[in-house]
Amino acid sequence: MTTSLMDRIRDQAFASGVPLAVHFDLTYRCNERCLHCYLDHEDHGEMTTAEVKRVLDQLADAGTLFLTLSGGELLLRRDFFELLTYARMLRFDVKIKTNAILIGERDAVRIRDLGVRQVQISVYSHRADVHDAITKVPGSLARTVTAIRALTRLGLKVTIANVLMRQNAADYDGVRTLAAELGAEYTMDPTITPKMDGDTSVLALRMPQTQVLQLFKDRSLVGDDFCKPAAPAAIDDPDVLDALPCSAGHIACYITPYGDVYPCVQFPLPTGNLRRQPFLEIWRDSPQLAEVRAIRVRDLHGCPSCGFVATCTRCPGLAYMEGNMRGPSTADCEKSALRASAATAQGAFE
Amino acid sequence: MRFVRRGDRVAARRVGSEMVILSADDSSLFVLNEVGTLIWEAADGRTTLDAIAGGVCREFEVDTETARRDVAEFVQALAAAGVVSLSEDQSP
Repeated sequence: MTTSLMDRIRDQAFASGVPLAVHFDLTYRCNERCLHCYLDHEDHGEMTTAEVKRVLDQLADAGTLFLTLSGGELLLRRDFFELLTYARMLRFDVKIKTNAILIGERDAVRIRDLGVRQVQISVYSHRADVHDAITKVPGSLARTVTAIRALTRLGLKVTIANVLMRQNAADYDGVRTLAAELGAEYTMDPTITPKMDGDTSVLALRMPQTQVLQLFKDRSLVGDDFCKPAAPAAIDDPDVLDALPCSAGHIACYITPYGDVYPCVQFPLPTGNLRRQPFLEIWRDSPQLAEVRAIRVRDLHGCPSCGFVATCTRCPGLAYMEGNMRGPSTADCEKSALRASAATAQGAFE
Repeated sequence: MRFVRRGDRVAARRVGSEMVILSADDSSLFVLNEVGTLIWEAADGRTTLDAIAGGVCREFEVDTETARRDVAEFVQALAAAGVVSLSEDQSP
């Protein structure tokens, strides 16, 4: 994909307030019970097939191009392929996120034939005992790997998403090697988020800072530019201070299986419900979205005077879950400090 | 008569006055201007290339021969990229 062209499209979407990218969880039900999961897997009344189709119609009319379908495990929905067919008929660019353990050869062919552009699959470890202990499903790694082979053999673009926590912190290199063997791309993320209901008990799974620091020092993993702290002058730079914290609520949003609309999957601020209001009414008129859109970096508490402000990957959703969407996301504060430490260790200031 | 039909393996959405098209097969990205968007939206497999060129003439004040030539070149380029298909037969 041409990056500069995509940047231009994003800029145009920002300027005209188009919800270019939507993450839509079709179910919270799941066939795995991952230790770190932030969801309640009980079905509290998912939208029906007709309701989901109506939402997809509204998103297409609103200008959404990038549609991520996820869950829970979305293949648990009996109407999954009907909804996928409908989404592709509406010409969304579809990415699906799945654990893949229900994807057999025929399903892989259907996914390919329907024109899904990307499939993201969670793998926690290349070692079955570690992966299966995290998912709490014996045999899950073997089934997931079998599905990945079926998908990549058909030419589908598969990305292995490797969420790292205490249990699998040492396994990223093994998963990266496995991804290469399978013909899949690899991405890792050490972010563990509180549960949607605010329960923070899962945060105890976060990797110790010493291990995150090791990750950040691995340039083959994070790239050459990741550990480059801003020059001190950046704290007075209007381009930095007037920047938007992220795309959530501006050109992107998240929809739950129950029709709730949030700025992002990691930013569970209720802005409206699609069973009661049309999408565009929420997108254009929600006071909560208006508040999110009004925030600039200079409005954040503590950030404008922080030396890392220009390079920080602060997540406003994590800040919201900590209690204040204008406040710090302490996990990201720690990451910024660790990136600086990694840069110093690598001599990036020389 | 020749017909042009939008491909099945692409995503597409109008963003502002442009049409953004993304290939599922290789992530190729195309951004069509207003003329290209008009052609894309008319490419239903049932409208002839000549009729599409006629629409371009009306909307953008170009002469018929120029419109026919430009539309033919444009859809050939899109067909080569797998974004549309060209056929002598009308789609059902």
